[in-house]
Amino acid sequence: MSAPALMPEPRPRPVICAEGVRVDLGGQTIFADVTFAIEDGELVGILGPNGAGKSTLLKVVLGLVKPVSGRVSVLDQPAGRANARIGYVPQFRAIEAETTLRARDVVRFGLDGNRWGPGWPSRAREKRIDAVLEEVDGRELAKAAMGELSGGERQRLLIAQALLSGPRLLLLDEPLASLDLGREQEIIALIRRVCRSRGVAVLFVTHDVNPLLSDLDRVLYLANGRSAIGPPDEVITREILSDLYGAPVEVVKTGGRVFVVGARI
Amino acid sequence: MTAMLELLRYPFIVNALVTGSAVAVAAAASGYFMVCRRATFAGHALPNIGFAGAAGAVLLGIEPVYGLFAITVLAAVAIGLIGRDLRDRDVTVGVVMTFALGLGFLFLALYSGYAQRVYGILFGSILGISVQAARVTVAAAATSIAVLGILYRPLLFSTFDPELALARGVPVSLLSVLFLVVLAIISSLAVQVMGALLLFTLLVGPAATATRLVKTPLWAIMVSVALGLLYVWLGMAFAAVNGTIPVSFCIASLSFIVYLPVRLFVRSEGRRRRGNTTATGQLA
Repeated sequence: MSAPALMPEPRPRPVICAEGVRVDLGGQTIFADVTFAIEDGELVGILGPNGAGKSTLLKVVLGLVKPVSGRVSVLDQPAGRANARIGYVPQFRAIEAETTLRARDVVRFGLDGNRWGPGWPSRAREKRIDAVLEEVDGRELAKAAMGELSGGERQRLLIAQALLSGPRLLLLDEPLASLDLGREQEIIALIRRVCRSRGVAVLFVTHDVNPLLSDLDRVLYLANGRSAIGPPDEVITREILSDLYGAPVEVVKTGGRVFVVGARI
Repeated sequence: MTAMLELLRYPFIVNALVTGSAVAVAAAASGYFMVCRRATFAGHALPNIGFAGAAGAVLLGIEPVYGLFAITVLAAVAIGLIGRDLRDRDVTVGVVMTFALGLGFLFLALYSGYAQRVYGILFGSILGISVQAARVTVAAAATSIAVLGILYRPLLFSTFDPELALARGVPVSLLSVLFLVVLAIISSLAVQVMGALLLFTLLVGPAATATRLVKTPLWAIMVSVALGLLYVWLGMAFAAVNGTIPVSFCIASLSFIVYLPVRLFVRSEGRRRRGNTTATGQLA
């Protein structure tokens, strides 16, 4: 692993700072040593093979999974303390099939779902919901039941839900899963727009880097319990990835697309 | 009509109306969450588990209501703690409930005295409520509604979107236990005045219809409460005018008769739309 890829030059107050994180789940080591820092307003893709712990890493950032050793701080606090300033869109949610709720009510959970009490109707709150629906072009979807919408429409609404708390960090778990090419580009454009206009840092789990290669500021590559971070063309290289996997890996670039090939991937 | 107004002069009818209405409101409101949380079977099991507690209390020579209360709340906590996984939960609830029912019958067999009080708990008698019992039930119903009001937003959030609720710091497991305890309190107090059958009718019927008719949670709860009250009032009126048909039958039938057409004809919206998407998909 080359030093520049592992240690980005120190800047003031990173949004996430993870050092030597080790995580064991069910007797298995998911991460042995993961180190990275995420800056304000950058768009970072989390890449890696199946089972590398991409989704688990988001849960570590949220404090839902506790590391055995190492340190994770988020917005200058230990992981789990600043979750009100994090917008999270988990993968595989029961709510996506929900037909007894309108999309607008699902989005509203992002605003005040965690507060006690009945929550009396308020015009200010409704305006904030309208504004965030506008931001994701979801005004016309608000009245439909969640389960009636397409995957791309649901994803837009779930991003709106995550934006309602005014987050400084957005964690997206496979937002492109099960979308066709056109929808994929729509969601990527939306995420890039939100990231730039709000200056929010985005951590984005994906199984295929190609659809968003040109949009990412950096990639966080997880493999073999370790990590490498840096601009895509510096990290997705034969040297860095072979070192990370601990086995020979080839990186093939063809037709503007990049493929990682290796015996054990 | 005058015959019905005439009936209101009888104190036992007024008691039944007041108690029935209070239970209808509490059951219909908590029934919304029960239906949406897919916890219907747990709601059915709690009063039946309570039967074992009541029978045990009779055997020990204490008031059945204490045994009923203790064992339903205990069972609610246990079910809440066990059951995150839905399939697993239903099976566990089923096994626990049948064991509790078995225990109840054992206690009754061991008890040589007059067991009518315990059977009353399974079938209840809304027309035989004392003023004291009516007061306690109304107070319990009001408390349950107040607790649901306090829990409302996080309970709704964790009902529909537990994954995100957990990330946002909502105590999902605790709410699951608290909700079942509210359900247990409503069950154990309502079951003595109206029986397990009628209570369960009021828990599941209005809410099941309301969730199909209305999508916004607060409105769905209002519709559920309105239906619950309507069933109780109409059911009692029919039973009172007729004189032989039991109240439970009237209320359960109303609940079924309203649910059936709603289930069959309302909200094909989702299916139709999905059908369209597939059709266009094939054309393209």
